[in-house]
Amino acid sequence: MRAMLKGIAASDGVVCGQAYRLVEPDLNVERRLITNLDSELNRFHQALEAAVSDIETIKTRATKNLGADSAQVFSAHIAMLQDPELIAAVEANIKDKHINAEAAIADVTTGYEATLQGLTDNPYMQERITDLHDVTKRLTGHLLGVTLPDLVLIDHPVVVVTHDLIPSDTVSVNPKYILGFITDVGGRTSHSSILARNLNLPAVVGTQNATKQIPAGETVILNGTRGNVIIQPTVDELATARRDMQERVANQKRLATLRHHETTSKDGVGVMLAANIGTASDLPAVLENGAEAIGLMRTEFLYMDADQLPTEDEQFNVYRQVVQSMAPRPVVIRTLDIGGDKPLPYLKTKHEDNPFMGERAIRQSLAHQKIFRSQLRALLRASAFGNLRIMFPMIATLDEFRQAKAIYDDERSKLTTAQVPMGKVKVGMMVEVPAAALLADRFAQEVDFMSVGTNDLIGYTMAADRTNQDVAYLYQPYHPAILRLVDRIIHAGHAAGIPVAMCGEMAGDPIAVPLLLGMGLDEFSMGAGAVLKTRELIGQLNAHDLQSLVETALNSASTSQEVITMVQAAVPGVLQK
Amino acid sequence: MEKREFHVTAETGIHARPATLLVQAASKFNSEVSLQYQDKSVNLKSIMGVMSLGVGQNAEITITTDGDDEADAMNAVAETLKKEGLSD
Repeated sequence: MRAMLKGIAASDGVVCGQAYRLVEPDLNVERRLITNLDSELNRFHQALEAAVSDIETIKTRATKNLGADSAQVFSAHIAMLQDPELIAAVEANIKDKHINAEAAIADVTTGYEATLQGLTDNPYMQERITDLHDVTKRLTGHLLGVTLPDLVLIDHPVVVVTHDLIPSDTVSVNPKYILGFITDVGGRTSHSSILARNLNLPAVVGTQNATKQIPAGETVILNGTRGNVIIQPTVDELATARRDMQERVANQKRLATLRHHETTSKDGVGVMLAANIGTASDLPAVLENGAEAIGLMRTEFLYMDADQLPTEDEQFNVYRQVVQSMAPRPVVIRTLDIGGDKPLPYLKTKHEDNPFMGERAIRQSLAHQKIFRSQLRALLRASAFGNLRIMFPMIATLDEFRQAKAIYDDERSKLTTAQVPMGKVKVGMMVEVPAAALLADRFAQEVDFMSVGTNDLIGYTMAADRTNQDVAYLYQPYHPAILRLVDRIIHAGHAAGIPVAMCGEMAGDPIAVPLLLGMGLDEFSMGAGAVLKTRELIGQLNAHDLQSLVETALNSASTSQEVITMVQAAVPGVLQK
Repeated sequence: MEKREFHVTAETGIHARPATLLVQAASKFNSEVSLQYQDKSVNLKSIMGVMSLGVGQNAEITITTDGDDEADAMNAVAETLKKEGLSD
């Protein structure tokens, strides 16, 4: 029966296709007594083989997409499935207790789990329980005859339906086969949404119950512009959706012609359009979408996708690759932004009641200087290969910036003494703590550049966690309070003669772009998928005329809705939102 | 039977990646290969065994190989330990 789900419009576009459920099936194991030992042993061995074959496939794809290093974890998984002691223990369990293979496996792995859990002085090994779970699930899945879904196993065009995506899913996504995403949770700025926009794939997030409502293989229409999903659409609806899809392809073709153009407003004001990236594997999308720079490279994935601290050389190789591929265009790399909400399994982190306000980002770097210094050395070495800028995240006080800069200067002078080649490097800060935004004029005297991180700036200003659906409505980029802060930062930068960039989601938002252009923002950095659309939009705008829009919005708007209405009135026809 | 002692120098000890490589190296041989740490000894062909020891930095470990290709097996394991920067 036809049904409609409402969600949040996370990434524009309409697609229709068959649903692929990226949902873990029920793997509850029932304990049974068995009579035919041989056939039970046989079942166990067949499941082992099938599981190994799955992981081999995943490993091959991961090697291709991520490199051999990142695929290493799958070798460990295969080794677990071929572990002679584990196999012998399961066999003995089946034979001695006359129980089914599923139950025998559960008993054996529970034992190993307890052993690993007991390694209290080795938290890294304790974390391997996750790997054991992964392997056990796959094995049990085969015994129960249910398929364990995996993004990398997709080999035909589908619409992915899932609870939520995690950052490491980025690398498993093959845009050739994945038409779009539908998730249960999340908001416009959650990882799933950012991922979808980066890949230019339509997405609807926060539907609450898509995974409950949409059966595998069902035809759905995903409308990422309006934020809804139609299950079992009518013939007419399908025809409209197909037309929309064609229109989208035509749009993309038109935008592609802007790829090598500069970004200039109708009245000739030039700005720089840059892309945000998370890993070196995002580089092709950056170049394909004609970004003029990298305005933000996050370095967390280097640390989070590894099972130990990345060495200085490993980091250097990644940074060099990015800097070199973009040269002579600038690349802004942000130092580690990690904290209690994204703990590293191999580092002991204290439990924090409120990690978003805890020891994270620059606070963590200043407290654990060994990690920070190794990252700075890797960055400095990479600076010889292009145009590198280093940015410190979450700066709240001048003292923090000064301390970080002093450590940078110290590492730089050591490398100079060692005659290591280095390029000129600008050192700047991310403005995302309201205190820093309010004091931007003082910071501007000491930093080489400022970049507004709107996701966190909005979160901290509105005191709302953007991933918490109950308060997601407070994530309001057009709120007059946010606009006043952003305007203040831009003016402070310009008064001191330094450029101001924005690297949050807001920089690619069609309602915000006219305001930011009017305020005089120098650089807009966004998910690569939004670059061409934004270039087209800016080309239709008259920057000087927008100054009066900005003035009205700053001085007389009281709510986000008022701001939206003002922008729509000032820029008719450009924005339908 | 061959027996050799190693001092684990790697900061992270024997973590998942080198454990996998050690197991892969040992599994190529017929000999029984074991890893002893503190008072426990495990089959070096078993990754769960190796991981369950939780061998950290500065651990003293003993590798034993026993069988018709015990010398080759010992060399392969020693080579892996060295190549992975686990031990000198």
